[in-house]
Amino acid sequence: MDITQFISTHRKLLLVGFLVLILIFITTLPLYARASDVRVLTTILIYVVLAVSWSMFSGTTGYMSLAPAAFFGLGIYTMALLQKELPFFLIIPIGGLVSFAFALLVGLVTLRLRGIYFAIFTFGLVIFMTEIIQFLETRLWGKHGQAIIPIDNETLLYTMLGLVVVTVLAAYLIRRSRYGLALLSIGGNEEAAEHMGVNTTRTKVFSFAISSFFMGAAGVIAAPSLIYVNPNIAFSLFYSFMPILMAVFGGMGQVYGPVVGAVIFGYLENTLRAQLYTYFMLGFGIILVAVILFLPNGIAGLVPTLQDKLGGVIQKLRKGGQAGQHADT
Amino acid sequence: MPILEGQGVNKYFGGLAAVSNVDFHVDQGEIVGMIGPNGAGKTTLFNLISAALPISSGEIRFKGRKLNGLKPHQICQMGIARTFQETKVFGNMPVFQNVLVGAFFGSTNHVTQAEAAGETTQALEFVGLSAMSETPVKDLTLANQKRTEVARALATKPELLLLDELMAGLNPAEVSEAMELVTKIRDTGITIFMIEHVMKAIMGICERIMALHHGEKIAEGTPQEIAANKKVIEIYLGEEAHAGS
Repeated sequence: MDITQFISTHRKLLLVGFLVLILIFITTLPLYARASDVRVLTTILIYVVLAVSWSMFSGTTGYMSLAPAAFFGLGIYTMALLQKELPFFLIIPIGGLVSFAFALLVGLVTLRLRGIYFAIFTFGLVIFMTEIIQFLETRLWGKHGQAIIPIDNETLLYTMLGLVVVTVLAAYLIRRSRYGLALLSIGGNEEAAEHMGVNTTRTKVFSFAISSFFMGAAGVIAAPSLIYVNPNIAFSLFYSFMPILMAVFGGMGQVYGPVVGAVIFGYLENTLRAQLYTYFMLGFGIILVAVILFLPNGIAGLVPTLQDKLGGVIQKLRKGGQAGQHADT
Repeated sequence: MPILEGQGVNKYFGGLAAVSNVDFHVDQGEIVGMIGPNGAGKTTLFNLISAALPISSGEIRFKGRKLNGLKPHQICQMGIARTFQETKVFGNMPVFQNVLVGAFFGSTNHVTQAEAAGETTQALEFVGLSAMSETPVKDLTLANQKRTEVARALATKPELLLLDELMAGLNPAEVSEAMELVTKIRDTGITIFMIEHVMKAIMGICERIMALHHGEKIAEGTPQEIAANKKVIEIYLGEEAHAGS
């Protein structure tokens, strides 16, 4: 009978129920939706993986990585090169591991760079990858680009959904663990974290690599719907900037922030692209500026504010004493 | 027996000697103070002990073990904790979370969630911040931010605590409270090495004081000896008196 009471006591249950509903919606979509809608949804799920895995490292430590495209592209190329040798489902973890290993290597060399220098380096990494693959293709393999055998839409959707579940779960578990606390302390004050016993180098390098694993795996699953890739497509900087915009838009204080950001932005991108063609970036830019101006903590930052306000209203309506506790939760 | 010992410690920044040929020792259970004018090399010496900076030459030993070449997190896990002259807190995190970092990572053995939470609660109670454990640290007063730093350092279970100007910027009432806190920490068996400009504090609680000037140690002794030392008066205390504080 008392709805706020019900919500606050059965929070976990409601959340799980809500998640199950979303999962059912996504898994049954191919039964009644058009093929293009299934593809749009798959694209949105790719963005979810990229945004969540990006904020896993950059959102907590504050190290602005512009490298998602490098790891995503590595996944795409792993798929392109291995598709004839190995089954699809085996290539997914391999693509992830290739990115993981590459990130580990890069991280060991560069994570001593701070602030803007790290961002510039990771930006350069994407361009480096484009150039090196281009070089390999033209000089060694004697061709430009790779053809990728398509896989049916439903398989791609379900696999990507599986990866989303794994990524979000990993992000959630990391955030709750001592490891997540170490990452947050690095973001808070790296020097202090170091002096409190946190092995900052190891923590940073390892989490950078973990987040790259998911980006690489996403690249493998994204590859088949591209049909043809060349280095400029696979390592497009678009895949670096989109996850960042989405994570900022959604808010990085909570795991669900980047998810919400990716879903809204992914949907917007598709509709704006359909209506405005190449001008869609203009619409994007306006929305992003508005969000940064009016919602500095992203969409997720709205939730506590709304809760406070709603709690206040409810309290006023009731004029009772016990309402206070809901405002806090 | 000295818990911390330095021999011929040097630190150069380019050609400039920030710490020059300093010998020092801190005995188990002592409160040792370090004074000196700004730029004397006090914080640099702390940075050398805690490995924030690599030592140029000489060596520092903790419980007989050489510290040269270790990383800051290793120093902390060995049992040396520190606070900072300009507070370095995790501003957006609640007080509890700040201290929890120290409890989780401050020792080499694996600490369970429950143990870490217990130690954190204890440390917060010890410094008197229990009531504010859910407040983001950036919203606290300077005195309470410094207390958070102390609690965070205590949660790492140190044997030696380096306090870098704990009293700077505090009002007289807060200074007395901080002095009480320092003695209380020592009474739990933790050795204390502190840099301080507040004369009342350093003279009141230290058993031994060393004075640095231009990176060199110019005097060492009991508070009375230091207060009577001509060199110290000329270089440091005199200047302070002149400044009217």
